[in-house]
Amino acid sequence: MDSLIHLMHGFGTALDPMNLAFAAIGVILGTTVGVLPGIGPALTVALLLPITFKLDPGGSLIMFAGIYYGGMYGGSTTAILLNTPGESASVVTALEGNQMARRGRGGPALATAAIGSFVAALIATAGLAFFAPILVKVAVKFGPWDYFGLMLIAFVTVSATFGSSPLRGLTSLGIGLWLGLIGIDQLTGQTRLSFGVPNLLDGVEVTTLAVGLFALGEALFVASRHLFNDEKPIAIKGSIWMSREDWKRSWKPWLRGTAVGFPIGALPAGGAEIPTFLSYTMERKLAEKPEEFGKGAIEGVAGPEAANNASAAGTLVPLLTLGLPTSATAAVMLAGFQQYNLQPGPLLFVQHPALVWGLVASLFIANVMLLVLNLPLVGLWVRFLKIPLPWLYAGILVFACMGTIAANPSVVELMMLVGFGFVGFLMRRYDYPIAPVVVGLILGPLADSQLRRALQMSLGDPMILLQHPGSATMIAVATLALIAPFLFKGLAKFRQDED
Amino acid sequence: MSAPLASRLHRPTLTIGIALFAISLITWHDASTMQIRASYGMGADAASYFVAAFLAVLGAGHILAAFRWASEPGQSDWQAVGWVSLGLISLIGALWFQIGFIPGSTLLFAFTARAFGRRALIVDLILGFVLATGIFLLFNKLLTLALPMGPLERLL
Repeated sequence: MDSLIHLMHGFGTALDPMNLAFAAIGVILGTTVGVLPGIGPALTVALLLPITFKLDPGGSLIMFAGIYYGGMYGGSTTAILLNTPGESASVVTALEGNQMARRGRGGPALATAAIGSFVAALIATAGLAFFAPILVKVAVKFGPWDYFGLMLIAFVTVSATFGSSPLRGLTSLGIGLWLGLIGIDQLTGQTRLSFGVPNLLDGVEVTTLAVGLFALGEALFVASRHLFNDEKPIAIKGSIWMSREDWKRSWKPWLRGTAVGFPIGALPAGGAEIPTFLSYTMERKLAEKPEEFGKGAIEGVAGPEAANNASAAGTLVPLLTLGLPTSATAAVMLAGFQQYNLQPGPLLFVQHPALVWGLVASLFIANVMLLVLNLPLVGLWVRFLKIPLPWLYAGILVFACMGTIAANPSVVELMMLVGFGFVGFLMRRYDYPIAPVVVGLILGPLADSQLRRALQMSLGDPMILLQHPGSATMIAVATLALIAPFLFKGLAKFRQDED
Repeated sequence: MSAPLASRLHRPTLTIGIALFAISLITWHDASTMQIRASYGMGADAASYFVAAFLAVLGAGHILAAFRWASEPGQSDWQAVGWVSLGLISLIGALWFQIGFIPGSTLLFAFTARAFGRRALIVDLILGFVLATGIFLLFNKLLTLALPMGPLERLL
């Protein structure tokens, strides 16, 4: 019942007019970027990081979460009407959703996606409010060794599930860990890899890295591939409302999608893609009319859409309670917390309860806003698809560079941004995943200091990591997850793209 | 950029492998010159040694992988990449020579639009100028972020 009281207080924070405004801006931005193909929530949050660092932390974080949820809603619109998923979490939605739109049932497809997303996000956010305090109670007792084990799991799962091969994923992680070394070590004051450049003494800014890799890298890649073909969205014909039969066929997939999406989203590197695929195959097996699949079965839209929204809420569980990012967007949001010197984890719930519970409560509010934005106003978002992409990407680049130099007024910082942009471009070109780099940079130094703290407490005896059951289990899990993909090639198929 | 499939070695993979080895060596060297030692437990150099070793293993993995068939990246339009690069370099140059944020961003906008297939350079320059000025006024005056100033920005 504790969480109910906290949540009530949270609603008090979230209903503050300023915070409501931030939530509204967040969901509008999120829906917009979700609708625009190729621009995901991770990129958007990364772009906004540098310009929000002077704003109120609570408000900005509420806005970021709104972008995350909004991106999940908006992606379905593009997938259904354009067959170009706005983000990878809605790839599956395009399968049936676009078929429905082609058969003149675009309206019900959008409706089941939006209402399904609403139902799923509502249940999953309630799940977040319920499970987070339980996890926090466990996590407060964590010693440095446990945190170290947890980070190992995060490293391995993030690099194993993103990207096309474990070697590539681990390489991305290695680059991130290497970048994490740069700068003055917090515990001893020793400088590492700064080569006498004063700008490097403070280390690599996570925001510069994230904006470079996500925004500049993506723009360069899209330009190089001519991925900006003009496709005409399919006009929505007939009623956008669902018939009685549509409702009957949708509600179970919604609930099943939520049940799949929430727990998998909460797992390290579970992300949003695996649950959407699982939900799709599940609905296909359970459908009363399996022959309709591939020709516009409403279950194939309802289930995966619920699953991807539920996973977004699921992702926030480990992010808020343990400080573990399990998706690219979560990694960038973690950077968002850190720019206010907030470290997500059990202590955040103790030290900043108003902020955390305000964030959770505002997710409920954002969800209601999103339902309104996405059902009656869906025609408005379709118009965003008509912005000429050259101007869109040009604007993104100007905005990205502006944000970085505004936060850190130096040419060196801008050069680093551009350098990371080219690294991001090459990584995309050669199919290396981006998220592990950001995770490596954020968690690498933390893992380093946790391990050293553990070893200081044991007077240098490394066996301390194996003597505690918690850390021993986690290290075993991490080792297994590291070796398994090399032993069982079949597991490599179980990969996902980044959002 | 990429070697033809006929040759057995996949050149990009090999290059990445060698680059990883190089970074690993630099890191190892950097760690070996560290002065501050921890009294007990792990010092600041341990993480460097670990990352150096990790990168070396990954480098070896890449060199092994270069002998196997690897998928070729699709065709890239290097001209488009060149235009975006030119835009980014323009902005860096504008800041380096203290010409200011607005002219640099205007060029970045116009060149990027060009990379994405637009041909109306003058229109894009004007649009970029309006956008950059808007951003400058909004963020410099309203949000009090310090964007780099040139002669033009001081007049505003």
